[in-house]
Amino acid sequence: MYAALWRALPGPAAVKLLVTALLLLVVVAVLFELVFPWAEQSLPFLEVTVDAR
Amino acid sequence: MRAAGSPPTETVTGSTGIRATAWRVLSVLGELSITLGVVLALFVVYQLIWTNVRADRLADATRSEVTRSWTTSPPDRRALEAPTVPVGDAFALAYIPRLRSSIWGTPIVQGVSAQALARGLGHYTSTALPGELGNFALAGHRATNGEPLRDIDTLQTGDLVVVETADQWFTYSLDRGQIVGPSDAWVLDSVPGSPAATPTQALITLTTCHPRWGSEQRWVWWGTLVEVTGKDGQPPAAVTNEA
Repeated sequence: MYAALWRALPGPAAVKLLVTALLLLVVVAVLFELVFPWAEQSLPFLEVTVDAR
Repeated sequence: MRAAGSPPTETVTGSTGIRATAWRVLSVLGELSITLGVVLALFVVYQLIWTNVRADRLADATRSEVTRSWTTSPPDRRALEAPTVPVGDAFALAYIPRLRSSIWGTPIVQGVSAQALARGLGHYTSTALPGELGNFALAGHRATNGEPLRDIDTLQTGDLVVVETADQWFTYSLDRGQIVGPSDAWVLDSVPGSPAATPTQALITLTTCHPRWGSEQRWVWWGTLVEVTGKDGQPPAAVTNEA
């Protein structure tokens, strides 16, 4: 899978490495800014309030 | 190796084809598993480290926002607007000498939404404001997202909680801690446990999760207002004393 991605990237190895680093950065940013804050909502230890149900 | 008259070559290429496909499927599955593992590890880093970094940053920004609002808008004008604080606005700062490492100039934000709690302590909107007769009730995280109430288990009867507003310092003394259920909203009553009673005291309530990494229960502390100091005088000793 990743080997195919590596082959699909254009240019020499140095360029491929740079593009890979950028892609990783984007993925991590999306995880930290969107995915994790969403996933966090269901964590039990963030429920700190009392409310009548 | 293969002698003449051996089985047709199609069978051979067929079986290697299947083997190659299986290998490819397995390797993709393996890479997906590794990716999932890395993502989960990143989530742990996010939760245990990043949310605290982010919360500290937000608390710092919120603290400057509050102190700036105190110096720019005249107190008498705000007194007219009281007691309505818009949800999401920070209006006070909290100091707890016993929890000095986690609650010291911690912003108190109107509302107990996740957004409010990510910036400091959240104020239950339906409860009293600092110093008012009734119950000034706050919630705070105990694990991650700044975790201001991380060490709630170290609080003792008689510990002080100081709340700084635009023009006053309110010093509360903690009376009682209790572990209750998540739906025990009576802890927020003006007179906790007596919803019909008319409040004669100004109370403070702190709520957080219990156990620290769970949600089965809530840990609650109540305190009573013991001292009110104007901003024109000296700040209360609990705040000025070095720990």
